[in-house]
Amino acid sequence: MIELRGVRVAFGALDAVDLDVGKGELVCLLGPSGCGKSTLLNVVAGFVPASQGSVRVAGANVTKPGPERAVVFQEYALFPWLTVEQNVAFGLRARATPAADIAARVAALLETMSLRDFAKSWPKDLSGGMRQRVALARALALDAPVLLMDEPFGALDALTRRNLQDELLRIFVERRPTILFVTHGIEESLHLADRVVVMTSRPGSVKRIVPVPLARPRDPTSAEFVALQARLTTLVMEEQARHVREELRR
Amino acid sequence: MKFARAVALPLVCLVVWEIVCRTGRVSPAVLPAPSRVARKWIEYLVSGELPRDAISSLSRIAVGFLIGGGLALPLGLWMGARPHVYEAVNPIVQLLRPIPPIAFIPLSILWFGLGNPPAFFLISLGAFFPVLLNTVAGVRGVDSIYLRAARSLGASEGALFRRVLLPGALPQILAGIRVGIGVAFIVVIVAEMIAVNEGLGYRILEAREFFWSDKILAGMITIGLLGLCIDAGVSRLNARLLRWQRHD
Repeated sequence: MIELRGVRVAFGALDAVDLDVGKGELVCLLGPSGCGKSTLLNVVAGFVPASQGSVRVAGANVTKPGPERAVVFQEYALFPWLTVEQNVAFGLRARATPAADIAARVAALLETMSLRDFAKSWPKDLSGGMRQRVALARALALDAPVLLMDEPFGALDALTRRNLQDELLRIFVERRPTILFVTHGIEESLHLADRVVVMTSRPGSVKRIVPVPLARPRDPTSAEFVALQARLTTLVMEEQARHVREELRR
Repeated sequence: MKFARAVALPLVCLVVWEIVCRTGRVSPAVLPAPSRVARKWIEYLVSGELPRDAISSLSRIAVGFLIGGGLALPLGLWMGARPHVYEAVNPIVQLLRPIPPIAFIPLSILWFGLGNPPAFFLISLGAFFPVLLNTVAGVRGVDSIYLRAARSLGASEGALFRRVLLPGALPQILAGIRVGIGVAFIVVIVAEMIAVNEGLGYRILEAREFFWSDKILAGMITIGLLGLCIDAGVSRLNARLLRWQRHD
């Protein structure tokens, strides 16, 4: 579904990334902060152009953002001047959907995301977790085959994060979108991903791809989970150490 | 209590003013007592002259502001959204902006003669720059993450303008409108003193020729009250349009 070949981004952010994400697969990009994993996501989203290489989604070259690749941002990026339901309806309105269909779809989404009572609220009146639910609903409204998520739960407290991870998995199982999920949380990546892509520190490239052959829901105390966690920790720490060494040299 | 604190000082000032005038040490032609000003104000109001003057000044502000603001808003949106337009237009804006609208009076009379046309020109000029500059800054200040979000949701360029840039810039646009109305208010009085034969500005200048200082003060107070009412109205409109904004 997503094919990256030799993708480079100017100013040494990304270096020759090759990556394939299959249809209906959930892949996490894991790496130390500043490794370019968000940049990679932005390239797939069409926000940042690749200076070299090819980026293809569903067979088509990515040149600009588009509604077939829904994005969920860490900062939620809800339009503060629109209510919850208007935010969720934004993409549908852009697509010139009939008003009755919009209303029905929005109502259904708000119901699924437990947001029904907040339909008329302004984003400023919601907690971080609720805002991210709205952002998720807004992204899901278009039924995009690809969902790009940039550390979406990074700013939330641990319990809210777990809660939203479960919510995301539920949606993933129901609708089977292709998901590219950026995170710096090792445990988070193991909870979610079919495969975890560990990235090298800047300039970012693929260091190792670790499959997670565990059935969901996953038990973080199981021996396999713990073993994978140790393995990922080692890989990420190597890059973290390299990153720190390079920072110090500069 | 809060109300009492708010009115105490103005009351004291009025009383002192009244006493000073009653001692007879100040000529009423220089400074009439507040009671005299109040009497004159009521007389001016009841005769219908004051409402006529006020309406004539206010409608001048309205026309001038609609022209000036109506030109500044689309231009500001355009400049804010398109860097190459900004680069091309901004230098001339920065050159003209520091010239006070008052300095355009001689030219406006040469171009438009006397009466309403030069007044409209001056008022629209006065309202133009605050609205323009705030709109430009407002649009440029819209966080790019909203543009990214909107584009990835499939918004067309038109929808981007209407549903993201315009509402995102609205707080600053409204601030510009508020300043613009304030400037229009100043300019209308000056314009009426020089180029027009009616309105509050003309009336207080006319009163000076007859040494009617009570009428001058009555006119000035009317200007102050109207300004206060308009600003309160704009402020309520702000609160209504910006109720999505965080207040902390």
